[in-house]
Amino acid sequence: MQFWLIQTLNSLALGGLLFLLSSGFSLIFGLLRIPNLAHGALFMLGAYLGATVLAQDLPFWLAVLVAGLVVGLGGVVVERLLLRRLAGNEQGQVLVTLGIAFILADLCLLAWGGDPIPLAAPSGMRRPLLLFGFAFPTYRLAVLVLALIVALLLYLLMERTRLGAMIRAGVDDREMARATGIRVSYLFGCVFFLGAALAGIGGVIGGPILSAYPGLDADMLPLALIVVILGGVGSLLGALVGSFIVGFLYNFGTAFFPDFAYVVLFLPMVLALGFKPEGLFGRVRT
Amino acid sequence: MTMTRRAALAATVGGFGLALTGVRTARAAEGEPIRLGFLTVKTGPLASGGIQMEQGVTLALKERNNMLAGRPVTLFTADTGGVPANTRSKTQELIERDNVQCILGPLAAFEALAIDDYTQSQKMPIMSVAAAEDITQRKPDPWFVRCTSSSAQCSHVMGDYAAKDLKYKRVALIADDIAYGHEQNAGFQHVFEDAGGHVVQKLWPPLNAPDYGSYIAQLNPKLDAIFMAFAGSNGFRFSKQFFEYGMGGKVPLLGGMTAVDEAVLQQMGDDAIGMLSVNWYSAQLDNPANKVFVAGMQRDYKVDPGYYAAGTYVSVAVLDAALKSVDGKIEDREAFMHALRTNQVPDTARGPVRFDSFGNVVGNVYIRKVERKGGRLVNSVIKTYPDVSQFWTYNQDAFLKNPVYSRDNPPAKFIEN
Amino acid sequence: MLGWAVLAIALAVLPLLLPGTFYIGIATHVLVYALLALSLNILIGYGGMTSLGHAVYLGVPAYACAWLMLHAGLSALPAAIGAVAIGTLTAGAFGVLALRATGLGFLMITLALGQIVWGVAYRWVALTGGDNGLRLPSRPHPFGIDLAEPTPFYWFVAAVFFVVLICLRHLARSPFGACLRGTRDQPRRMRMLGHNVWAIRWAAFVLSGFWGSVAGLMYVYDNGFVSPQTLALPQSAEALLMVVLGGAGTLAGPVVGAIIITLVKTVASSYVERWYSLLGAIFIIVVIFMPEGLVPGTHRIWRRITRPRLAERRAA
Repeated sequence: MQFWLIQTLNSLALGGLLFLLSSGFSLIFGLLRIPNLAHGALFMLGAYLGATVLAQDLPFWLAVLVAGLVVGLGGVVVERLLLRRLAGNEQGQVLVTLGIAFILADLCLLAWGGDPIPLAAPSGMRRPLLLFGFAFPTYRLAVLVLALIVALLLYLLMERTRLGAMIRAGVDDREMARATGIRVSYLFGCVFFLGAALAGIGGVIGGPILSAYPGLDADMLPLALIVVILGGVGSLLGALVGSFIVGFLYNFGTAFFPDFAYVVLFLPMVLALGFKPEGLFGRVRT
Repeated sequence: MTMTRRAALAATVGGFGLALTGVRTARAAEGEPIRLGFLTVKTGPLASGGIQMEQGVTLALKERNNMLAGRPVTLFTADTGGVPANTRSKTQELIERDNVQCILGPLAAFEALAIDDYTQSQKMPIMSVAAAEDITQRKPDPWFVRCTSSSAQCSHVMGDYAAKDLKYKRVALIADDIAYGHEQNAGFQHVFEDAGGHVVQKLWPPLNAPDYGSYIAQLNPKLDAIFMAFAGSNGFRFSKQFFEYGMGGKVPLLGGMTAVDEAVLQQMGDDAIGMLSVNWYSAQLDNPANKVFVAGMQRDYKVDPGYYAAGTYVSVAVLDAALKSVDGKIEDREAFMHALRTNQVPDTARGPVRFDSFGNVVGNVYIRKVERKGGRLVNSVIKTYPDVSQFWTYNQDAFLKNPVYSRDNPPAKFIEN
Repeated sequence: MLGWAVLAIALAVLPLLLPGTFYIGIATHVLVYALLALSLNILIGYGGMTSLGHAVYLGVPAYACAWLMLHAGLSALPAAIGAVAIGTLTAGAFGVLALRATGLGFLMITLALGQIVWGVAYRWVALTGGDNGLRLPSRPHPFGIDLAEPTPFYWFVAAVFFVVLICLRHLARSPFGACLRGTRDQPRRMRMLGHNVWAIRWAAFVLSGFWGSVAGLMYVYDNGFVSPQTLALPQSAEALLMVVLGGAGTLAGPVVGAIIITLVKTVASSYVERWYSLLGAIFIIVVIFMPEGLVPGTHRIWRRITRPRLAERRAA
């Protein structure tokens, strides 16, 4: 009984973390139609920046803010300077993001060294909670709550603001959106900022669980891809549902099928792609 | 210029150059620098170990004024990125372009295996930190020397300590699902079960597992201890999550040789105090060579040395001793290799070392405990096992007749589900 | 005809001009990766299908060849045939799966399949040796010639490379090649004309896997070793980059891309410590200034330089 409870909580917490990772990725993928292959590196950069801020004994929320802003602005710079020159050339844009990923990973190694750096959870969340006779890390539950809050905020942004309506229009039909007078290119900048900022914030929030280490980008990017494939490109609901599906798949999959641990995430992805290539809630025809 | 003339010119120049090098090597000795190749990993996920290896080499050469056995040393460093195809081409670069006479490294077991046939055919002495068992057991290379440890050499010791000193009966094993993890765990299991203990669970998270929560939840509720044989940052991350789940006070963690490395120890925080681990080195070792080493590392790099820095530092010391015993004539490869393998070096930073017939080190292995000393976390030595070989106390031939240590060897008879 | 003769001579003479066996080794590595890039180009350049799982056709035949020689006791030629056959069969099976989608979905499926094969290579230790990999017992002895030395091996790979180039040129010029380009540019029109677009694409996938398997065979001969890294995502990404860097849809493009990336990895990395960043910077610069690739881009710039003179001549 305890096993099922802990694994369920683990899955929910991991799902929350994955949502923070993949919501930005899904947004960018949805509007700009490119998988941002630098997303893992942006996540890792956020984690490292957060670690540096926390090391100065500054509060956690400040670390989140700094990481989100810096990474978000970095994203806008990349979008303006590089991606915009390749408007219409999606393959080229993907390759540019890959080049950025290489450079970012190398620069992080240069700046922070090769050893893993832990991030301290906010004080007060460091000791485990005692639930039904077992201990569960308090911070993981906090991550789940934070992810749901972020999901709610994003939902409000997308559904209740003009900006959100414009973004959704751009995702659904870019040409029509332009025809109705929406400045889609300006939206690209906004969405890239938002997506990159979400990656940076995700890195800091995930930091106390994952730590910041070289290779974090390569470990995280495939997960973002899987979530977005399962859930559907361009849909926040898809990213949310997909994150939790992957969280459950991972935890229960590795527990019940340890021999398939290396492939437990990719097999379902192939099945999903085989039957419904646009994902569960996808709005973009791939 | 026709093709034939160009070819003839090239052949002449090539032949002339070849003759020159022949003349150079025949003269050998004084003044001519020793060319030392160094394969390490400076980019990519394995970079932390590789950077420390470089620190160890740099410091060792600096303390000797860049001279070994009276001859200056030219160090050729190559970054392999941890990819075997790159390792191979970098090794070719060192051997064919830079004409090195001995190679330090590589870091990872699969890198060593990728270049093994090539370096053997080139008769190139290799001093590696790669722990793979079979390089010094069933597929030995006569030009290979390892100053650190085979995968199981240290975990045998922890198996013995856990059974006899700590009197544990029920232990779970967890490690990365790679050969290094399999071999370490198998070594622990072999000795632990022969001494009466039971391994009741084995967990193998994949190398790129994002999260260990699922594995922590699967742990058997009735355990005396958990032996963890991770490498690099995975051990650090696992321990951190382990403590977050409040397991720290309930089940002791026993660390393998890279799980509680000095490189990450400071970051582990007070939760790690009291944690036991086994390694062939500790920064707290109380011998003159180590005191110099640790002081140097603190001064130049502001860190305590760990597995990788000590690995190359000791390798250079062993290299130095071997060169001294052949009067610096590294050009006579056979004699140099013989000296390398038959020397006994009593005063390295890890203690006395000698080598067995496979080129693997025989030396002290230490049980360490994490303590806070002088405001810092250190791995204090609480027990020394002298003169430990890669075969523990087992008969060498019987050991080699068994297949190599793996996930299922030795077979697990006491696993509970 | 003259172009081919010059190329053949250049390939043959190269080892005599290089200052050492190390450089001949590099040239061999370049040719192996060029073969891989050329095979991927069939998919990307002629077929318009971007794949991020091509490392499968480098690694699977490599593993197959090593395993057949080590554990099944086959000699070089049957093992080579077996390896290429296994690689091609894998392409056939994976093609069926991957072609359930197009565009980005296709990309994702190929990526996922690549990751699955990679995971299996790590986990199925009994078959693949796990992360320790498999060592190839020896290089082949075609017609009794020993290929252990770098120079004879280089000539062997260069010969294979030359033959593959001729075959691929033939493919590009053949009716099938035209059909394939048709499905890339105008799939609906092709369907209307009665072509079975799926079958054409699947055939292209299989061909790409076949030539990739030849590259994989050369790879395992070159390195004498194969491990899961050969199947990892960075290897697939590298192959993709070689094609796009040099110019998809041309024959010279992937070769140029292979030359540049291999040289950065092996030679530049000795002089530049942050060579990884250098590689990233190269992608960005080339993609921005020559998005169609280096070969077509250089051609374009060349024509712009020479065209003014042409325009003058025409006006006169």
